[in-house]
Amino acid sequence: MGGYILKRLISAIPVLLGITVIVFLIMAMIPGDPATAILGSYATPENVERLNRQLGLDEPLWKQYFIWLGNLLQGDFGRSFALNRPVLDEILDRFSATLILAGTAFVLCAVLGVAAGVISAARQYGLADKAITFVVILGISVPSFFLGMMMILLFAVQLRWLPASGMYSIWGGGGLVDLIRHLTMPALALAVVATGVVARLSRGAMLEVLRQDFIRTARAKGVHERRVIRGHALRAAMVSIIPVLGIQAGFVLSGAVYIEMVFQWPGVGRMLVDAILKRDILLVQGGVVFVAACYVGFNIVVDVAQAWLDPRIKT
Amino acid sequence: MTPALKTTDLTRSFDIGKRLFGPPRARVHAVNPMSFEVPTGETLGIVGESGCGKSTLARMLVGLLPPTSGQIEIEGRALDRADPAAFGRLIQYVFQDPVSSLNPRKTIRQIIEAPLRNLHGMHGPALDARIAELFDAVNLRPEFLSRYPHEFSGGQAQRIGIARALAASPRILILDEPVSALDVSVQAQVLNLLAELKVKLNLTYLFISHDLAVVEAVSDRIAVLYFGSLVESGPAEKVFATPRHPYTKLLADSAPVVGRPLGGAQSGELPDPLNPPLGCAFATRCPRASDLCKRAIPELRVVEGDQFAACHHPLAP
Amino acid sequence: MSLFLRLLFRNKLAGFGAVVLGLIVVLALLTPILPLHPPNETNTANRFLRPLSDGHLLGTDHLGRDLLSRLMWGTRLSLAVGFAAALVAGLLGATIGVIAGYFGGRTDNVTMRGIDMLMAFPYILLALAIVAVLGPGLFNALVAVAVVNIPFFARNIRGVTVGIAHREFIDAARLAGMGNTRILLTEVVPNIVPVVVIAMSTTIGWMILETAGLSFLGLGSQPPQADLGSMLGEARAALITAPHTSIVPGVMILLIVMSVNLLGDGIRDALDPRLRSGALSRPMAATRVKRAEAPAPKGDGLLRIDALETQFHVGPRIYRAVNRVSLQLDPGECLGLIGESGSGKSVTALSVMGLVASPPGVITGGAIRLNGQDLIGAPYELLRSLRGRKVAYIFQDPLSTLHPLYRIGDQLIEAIRVHEPVSHAEAHRRAIKLLEDVRIPNAAQRARAYPHEMSGGMRQRVGIAMALANDPEIIIADEPTTALDVTVQAQILALLDDLRRSRGLAILFITHDFGVVAQLCDRVAVMYGGRIVEAGPTPKVLAAPAHPYTKRLIACVPELGAGRRALAAIPGLPPAVDDLPPGCAFAPRCEKARDSCRAGEIALDGDARQVRCLFPEVTP
Ligand SMILES: Nc1ncnc2c1ncn2[C@@H]1O[C@H](COP(=O)(O)OP(=O)(O)OP(=O)(O)O)[C@@H](O)[C@H]1O
Ligand code: SF4
Ligand code: SF4
Ligand SMILES: [Mg+2]
Repeated sequence: MGGYILKRLISAIPVLLGITVIVFLIMAMIPGDPATAILGSYATPENVERLNRQLGLDEPLWKQYFIWLGNLLQGDFGRSFALNRPVLDEILDRFSATLILAGTAFVLCAVLGVAAGVISAARQYGLADKAITFVVILGISVPSFFLGMMMILLFAVQLRWLPASGMYSIWGGGGLVDLIRHLTMPALALAVVATGVVARLSRGAMLEVLRQDFIRTARAKGVHERRVIRGHALRAAMVSIIPVLGIQAGFVLSGAVYIEMVFQWPGVGRMLVDAILKRDILLVQGGVVFVAACYVGFNIVVDVAQAWLDPRIKT
Repeated sequence: MTPALKTTDLTRSFDIGKRLFGPPRARVHAVNPMSFEVPTGETLGIVGESGCGKSTLARMLVGLLPPTSGQIEIEGRALDRADPAAFGRLIQYVFQDPVSSLNPRKTIRQIIEAPLRNLHGMHGPALDARIAELFDAVNLRPEFLSRYPHEFSGGQAQRIGIARALAASPRILILDEPVSALDVSVQAQVLNLLAELKVKLNLTYLFISHDLAVVEAVSDRIAVLYFGSLVESGPAEKVFATPRHPYTKLLADSAPVVGRPLGGAQSGELPDPLNPPLGCAFATRCPRASDLCKRAIPELRVVEGDQFAACHHPLAP
Repeated sequence: MSLFLRLLFRNKLAGFGAVVLGLIVVLALLTPILPLHPPNETNTANRFLRPLSDGHLLGTDHLGRDLLSRLMWGTRLSLAVGFAAALVAGLLGATIGVIAGYFGGRTDNVTMRGIDMLMAFPYILLALAIVAVLGPGLFNALVAVAVVNIPFFARNIRGVTVGIAHREFIDAARLAGMGNTRILLTEVVPNIVPVVVIAMSTTIGWMILETAGLSFLGLGSQPPQADLGSMLGEARAALITAPHTSIVPGVMILLIVMSVNLLGDGIRDALDPRLRSGALSRPMAATRVKRAEAPAPKGDGLLRIDALETQFHVGPRIYRAVNRVSLQLDPGECLGLIGESGSGKSVTALSVMGLVASPPGVITGGAIRLNGQDLIGAPYELLRSLRGRKVAYIFQDPLSTLHPLYRIGDQLIEAIRVHEPVSHAEAHRRAIKLLEDVRIPNAAQRARAYPHEMSGGMRQRVGIAMALANDPEIIIADEPTTALDVTVQAQILALLDDLRRSRGLAILFITHDFGVVAQLCDRVAVMYGGRIVEAGPTPKVLAAPAHPYTKRLIACVPELGAGRRALAAIPGLPPAVDDLPPGCAFAPRCEKARDSCRAGEIALDGDARQVRCLFPEVTP
């Protein structure tokens, strides 16, 4: 197992480099003078001059890349002109908020989705299956931002149960309870779509597995049906569910952008959208590289979990 | 007379664990240097257990897989580039799984036409006449031509596969387990059809199977493969009746035959292909193994008359 | 095509989706000629009119623009953009996938690494980065959404292509002299099209959501032009004061995406051959029973199968896989059940413990008595307690019948502990003993292996050990050696023969090989078209078969040592069990058939030696 983890970690290096190349190339395609683009149109000529030197913008493209990469590796993501603070500081502040939101939603969607899929498959064509299928179709069809808005209308405006926006109350806020009250709606809204997808695929995976010969073997041994489903079948189905969870984590992270907008959640997604609208290039660049790198890390965890579950992978 | 098919030191190895750059992690020798000849009009049966290299050999012989080294000659002409189109006019292949060897989205006519158009440039009335002739040869009704493969049973699909192979007007047919996927009662129909066609068209067959009885029933000569090597060859009536190689004897004894008690139950398994033994690959299972066997790989050589075996201590008849 | 439509509309939800979507599309197409307000005509005096106001059916927005008109124009835009994005992504992705999958090797390797790289981004990051470069705008949003979805298509299609590229018909095309381009276009692509259609139809909804999302963020369509997403985005500020401005476009998105998804699912179900046949249904814990009444008990014996009828109900068709089959198994006896593929051997065997997959399987008649107790319709708990304890199974392919993710030791331990409440350590000890009993060398160490780490023969030994775990009285072995090589088959048969003698097991041994039957079985029953056609002591049946089918079947199987010869083939095909002829099922292929053979039911005559034929070869 240790060997596999190491191998997987090493194989992540080219992926990370690839990510930086892609981001760098995309950003290099921005039309016009990059220094002006980075500093905004009100930049003074001196500032433009300084930045040009600092980023080596007068050098050939490949050299620029290595200068940029070198800076990244030293933790220097540059300075955001719009916020006038180091990009990395801003990202770190914002990322923790996103992590709380997306992490909660991901756990919700994984647990609820797999559970719903298993129940649905175990009672195929039964009432529970039909109900779950209906909810799932609704779930994967509703835009999460619209769902969020409707939740605000209902729970915050009509019923006044939960706060409509933000992460903590402005006055007397802080503390776990306050956080949970603020987190509930956005996390749920974010989880709904992913739960639908996971439930659907889990149901399919379970149905696929339940038809396999080794399930018949388990039944022929006299294993109780409950254990056949929750043990034998679910375990085998997890082999195809886990990669889906990995992909869904990316979708949850993506969906977080909308939800952060709707609920004014101070996360990295909102930061990115604001940065794009203000054309704060370095902040976009840094944010994308940072989040993508975290996602690569998460996918390693997914792969390791997969390898732990499926002994056939390690060979 | 030049043989219909001749191979000289034909080998094939596969790389395991390929990397984007650099050498592969390991190499498996699927077919060790193999030389044999098949005279025109003969059927050479090839038997061996799963993983012994039967299909790899067959795919090399029709040019679907380039050999790692060695030569293939068909009627005296060397085919040194793996090019299925060049091979196709001389040698054709009949697949094990008849249904999956037919494209599910094409009609039977389109399937049969392909070799006629591409290899022989036929079209128009000549094409239609040839198709009718082929269909007649394999005892199929012409109205099947406009149907799709899924409408056919295994036996019918295999006849279509044979008709397609014959369409190229080849000199040699490679039959790779042509009846293993068929019902027992249909197997005999296809085997008889093949025998008939062979005489009528003066074909040469290479008949690959794991079923000893079937091979014995259709072949003139039989070659036995074990672990990628030819271990014994000889006339069909002698190979299993008086085996010379201990492995052939094990095979013959293992086959269940009415009126004979259970036999051949000998322990042991195939060696690890990633880590092949130094000497004879059969040594761990062989009752006659000596020190020599563990050190040196036995060469295929005459044991007596027309019986060949790759064994240091061949069996007496 | 008409079949496709019929299948599509068989699914009511898909039909509903098609109707709703059709309506929306028609309205969207007609929008320019409908009598609507101009969508961008502002009228600040009439801001935030509620729905059903005068002249504004759905009310107005924050600039006093008519919501209905904006909704229709927005829908038009959103639909167009969503479809366009799906089309672009689907076609480009599929092209990349097909090429990578077909050519394999380095092309594949390099392309897929690139795709992996793109998929390493949470996909909205990529979309945001692209919009950041191109600048906000609806067309740019379309490009971004299409680009980020290409990897998903490429990967999916590549997988399918690899599967097809390794199919035998591709090799056949090569041998027919076709070049790569021809093969790609005429052999591969036609087989990929349904997959691409499925992938597109199930992702269009998602693309519509995504483009709407970018517009919602203000990165898509720019004012005054509005698609549904930007309408929602603009309305957000007035969510509390004028909720209808949000609800109207939101509900429209929901409707569109939901109908697209329902329709997409329908298309998938109609195009996927496995789903089409309803094969993806979950087999229940025990076979469904729909039996009028049990036949009266006759005689005794360890296991008595009486007039068993098992059918498969697939749509309107009824497959009579097992048709009034009667068998008897005495203690310590080995009964062979022989027949061709599809003759109903496995279904008979699986019916005993209610293991026939159901749906679609149903036991419709007969009785199965184990020590006198009828098992058909028995409560699940009773069946379960007998499975593995009294009657154990050995199946054909040991790779697919062992759980791939559990160590074999654990699978054995489980088999022991489901019936006996022993400690884990005790069960482990017994498991090792069992592995030794089936002559697996190094048992203690092998117990830690996974099935894929063992050879076929070793796996089948594990299968046998598992069957022996609870000292059953009966073992039902369904072609346990068919998937094995001859030398390994001989080892397994010898092992089974030993075990049966040393443990006094009764075995129901299913095979299609007369040699195996001759060597192992005391009695043999021959099946054809779901019925027993002949039964009796093995040597007698083999030496003097009474049923014409048995006789000719024996004759058409070559036997080792008989030398080169022509075989006596049986013309025709085995019968399809959903369309059995009245009377003798063998009649269409039988040389001796007369009118009386086709007239009606023919009984299985005789006692120790039974035959179902009006004109048997020998009188039994
Ligand atoms: N799941 C199923 N759905 C529909 N029909 C089925 C199903 N399983 C079996 N059948 C039908 O039942 C008949 C008998 O099948 P069975 O598996 O018992 O044959 P068999 O004698 O065991 O054949 P084989 O030698 O191939 O194992 C077949 O004709 C088949 O059409
Ligand atoms: S060479 Fe030796 S080990 Fe190999 S088969 Fe002959 S006797 Fe046996
Ligand atoms: S009953 Fe008639 S048709 Fe059937 S096997 Fe006997 S003779 Fe042939
Ligand atoms: Mg079967």
